[in-house]
Amino acid sequence: MTIKLFGVTKDIIGSPSLSLPTNVLTGKSSPKTVGELRQFLGKTYPGLKELSSLAIAVNNSYAQDAEEINSYDEIALIPPVSGG
Amino acid sequence: MTSTNRYLRQTSLVSFGEEGQAKLADSQVLVVGLGGLGLPVIQYLNAMGVGTIGLVDHDTIELHNLQRQVLYTEADLGRPKLEVAIEQLQAQNSNTKIIGHDTFLNSQNALEIIKNYEVVVDATDNFATRYLINDACILLNKPFVYGALHDFEGQVSVFNYQNGPSYRCLFPKMPGPNEIPNCDVNGVLGVLPGIIGTMQALETIKVLTGVGEVLSGKLLLFDGLQQQTQTISFEAQADQKNITQLQASYESQDCLMEFGVSAETFLSNAERENMQLIDVRNSNEFEHDHLARAINIPLSQLADHELSIRDERPVYLICQSGQRSALALRLLTAKYPTLKIYHILGGMNKLAALCP
Repeated sequence: MTIKLFGVTKDIIGSPSLSLPTNVLTGKSSPKTVGELRQFLGKTYPGLKELSSLAIAVNNSYAQDAEEINSYDEIALIPPVSGG
Repeated sequence: MTSTNRYLRQTSLVSFGEEGQAKLADSQVLVVGLGGLGLPVIQYLNAMGVGTIGLVDHDTIELHNLQRQVLYTEADLGRPKLEVAIEQLQAQNSNTKIIGHDTFLNSQNALEIIKNYEVVVDATDNFATRYLINDACILLNKPFVYGALHDFEGQVSVFNYQNGPSYRCLFPKMPGPNEIPNCDVNGVLGVLPGIIGTMQALETIKVLTGVGEVLSGKLLLFDGLQQQTQTISFEAQADQKNITQLQASYESQDCLMEFGVSAETFLSNAERENMQLIDVRNSNEFEHDHLARAINIPLSQLADHELSIRDERPVYLICQSGQRSALALRLLTAKYPTLKIYHILGGMNKLAALCP
């Protein structure tokens, strides 16, 4: 599963993208939904949990937490940015 | 010079034509923020013949603005951005009606200012004003053209367009003060706001004339380092569009405002008051330049540092822009409730502008 990172998520995770071999995500099974992915990433990278708002897109569409995901989906983490 | 000739290069575009030009001439756009994003927006809207342009800003021009705010010159340092921008726009196109609003946008004035315009361009540099613009535009049913930056990236979208999704449909909750670094802390490559600002100008023109497809329900992500763009589609969330009134304040640091002193007040207090001055920037920033009386305790080490509570001198905190000193203030006020602690609004940047 490839996760593209934007804004401050790049800084929190320390790279422009994240590639997760799905079988090691949780030890047993990979996250089945956007919400599970959010939880998993929050545990691994606590900085992400502190963001008040973090949009997650699946295949270039904004996704709600209940949305199902598969290993071949293209995910993006999109935080708000404020600079101008 | 007839107006026909002046705009010939765009009126001869078949899908724009005289009709598009007439719509521009008849339109009123409000641009909030005259910084890196706002300047390309106003320069192009003004050049292209938008009839009325309103400007909101209350800042003055500082040396470190010039690498990206390309309308301003060295001769303008210290002058109000609003004043210089109005002069330049009038010289560029004397047909435009320019309306200056010499203030920052806040909950008290936002509705009154925005209501007279057709479209709002959000060219601000902070979350508080972005959420304020969002909520005010929902209440007044106005579209707003959003642009924002982080490092080498930019975001562009048009919110609240023909009942389309809003800023809160993407980012429901405003980030706290220390969550997302701003350009003051993080830096910004001079050309990047130029790119994002001109994209905002383009979207504004499309909203005004109906030409092309407006970037509504879509968030454009621009990555300057990879020269890549990506567009994310998103939908309106009814609960996020259900705004019935503005919040009393959008500043999450409002509770600290009374302990923020202006750079001017600090300078006059420093002359007559015996104070402890703590510079909370990194040691390399401190070595580069600091105030004579300041001692350096970087923000990252402040929590471990013990202040003497028997020392009754007031504590003044300073950093580069006032952002880290605000965090330091919060930290120290919680730890030492009996001490008098202040932070200097605008930090070293503001002081440098006052006494260059």
